[in-house]
Amino acid sequence: MSSETTVRRIPAPLINPEAQPFFQATAEGRLLYKRCEACGQPHHPPRSICPHCHSDRTKWETTAGLGTVYSASMLRRGVPVPYCVAYVTLDEGVTLMTDLMGFGNSTPAVGTRVQVRFVEAEGGAKVPMFGPLEAK
Amino acid sequence: MNKNERACIVGAYEHPTRHAPDKSVAQLHAEVARGALQDAGLDASDVDGYFCAGDAPGLGPLSMVDYLGLKPRYVESTDTGGSSYLIHVRHAAQAIEAGHCNVALVTLAGRPRSEGSSGTQARAYNIMAPEAPFESPFGLVPINSYAMAAQRHMHEFGTTAEQLAWIKVTASHHAQHNPNAMLRDVVTVQDVLASPLIADPLHRMECCVVSDGGGAVIVARPEIARKLKRPVVRLIGGGEAVGYVDSAKIDITTSAAKHSGAAAFAEAGVRPGDIRYASIYDSFTITVLIQLEDLGFCEKGQGGRFVADGRLVAGQSGLAINTDGGGLCNNHPANRGGMTKIIEAVRQLRGEAHPTVQVKDCALALAQGTGGMLGSRHASATLIMERA
Repeated sequence: MSSETTVRRIPAPLINPEAQPFFQATAEGRLLYKRCEACGQPHHPPRSICPHCHSDRTKWETTAGLGTVYSASMLRRGVPVPYCVAYVTLDEGVTLMTDLMGFGNSTPAVGTRVQVRFVEAEGGAKVPMFGPLEAK
Repeated sequence: MNKNERACIVGAYEHPTRHAPDKSVAQLHAEVARGALQDAGLDASDVDGYFCAGDAPGLGPLSMVDYLGLKPRYVESTDTGGSSYLIHVRHAAQAIEAGHCNVALVTLAGRPRSEGSSGTQARAYNIMAPEAPFESPFGLVPINSYAMAAQRHMHEFGTTAEQLAWIKVTASHHAQHNPNAMLRDVVTVQDVLASPLIADPLHRMECCVVSDGGGAVIVARPEIARKLKRPVVRLIGGGEAVGYVDSAKIDITTSAAKHSGAAAFAEAGVRPGDIRYASIYDSFTITVLIQLEDLGFCEKGQGGRFVADGRLVAGQSGLAINTDGGGLCNNHPANRGGMTKIIEAVRQLRGEAHPTVQVKDCALALAQGTGGMLGSRHASATLIMERA
């Protein structure tokens, strides 16, 4: 009973048709982002029309899943289980909102190197979260 | 036409309640509408423009126009969260200038305290909101969004927890003089830092109050304003902007206030150094610090030094902020602090703030609002007003 109540509930991502390929990839253990072939810039969340130049030539790319904490904050009160929301800037140059895990009770410092993990949310979809670098 | 003759704020009213479990939201809207009209010396039949945002029950303005028995020829329900009401005042002035209405009523009311709302609750995502699949699993709530902005500001500029705490201390020094304020006890930096950490690095005392109630303002044509018995407050500048995270070059230490503020100062033809009183949106301490920088009251990164040591307490320097106690101590009705920001600026310009915190000969004031979430999508609105 007590262990049940300490498991964090991860809400199911509300997947729309445009987001479908991203979550197909996470189910297979790959993290995708989009880059525009017209202007060369990456973006996230993924869109069919580039938010930088409005070209429709956006294509999916796969990340190596490594990045750096841009900012993070452990929410400690008012929730059943504390968790740490973050922005992580991937080595490919795009920043995404995520959660950090595996850092105990502290908020990792800005600049901490992190690696993606795929965590099952309610409903079975896998969402990308980030933890300490895994040993090679 | 003289730009300073566009529109005036002729009525302002803040509901005295902070807890209204036995009232409806529509009832609170009606009470603040009545209060602002009485303050102006106008009747509901004079109102020909009506503005409300997402706190108003019903579809846009429809239910409230019906409930209040209004006959508007101009309505608007732009919703940018807590900054909506500053945008409404600006748009009301534009509508008046264009001849679309003469007397515009703007109302805000809500009961989040009675309904058990808090800043650690997840927001409800619309299933088709484009960000929903990429944010809803991660638990972004108001406080951890602002906390990430604070964390990054500390990293980039060396801002300290003590400096942020001074913003709350300043608010508490003002709130002690406001009999309606929710939190009237003066607190110290040590008190703030000893309160529980909610979301690193923000403590409980760095969060605004959750209060029931509301407020309203009336914007009118200058010819009408001059016939009324109240001091005339002119809107001389305004600006609005939307900010979001550019995933290709993220920066959450600068807000859209940089753009709304620049537009407002350019339109008003004044500079930050000319402003003696400013209402600065204070959902959290960090909100104030970032907006002060973005509005140009100090350099980017210098906000910590600017707010420290009680400099912004009335009478301590050339600038006073949030002399009603702000959202941090006085009132944050409907979880939307924009309306109370306008109201205290009007009080200051009329010379009707509490005597202890009244800025001497206050001729120019600024009101600044931020809606949404500072570390994410947000809207900023800036108003600059002048005593005629």
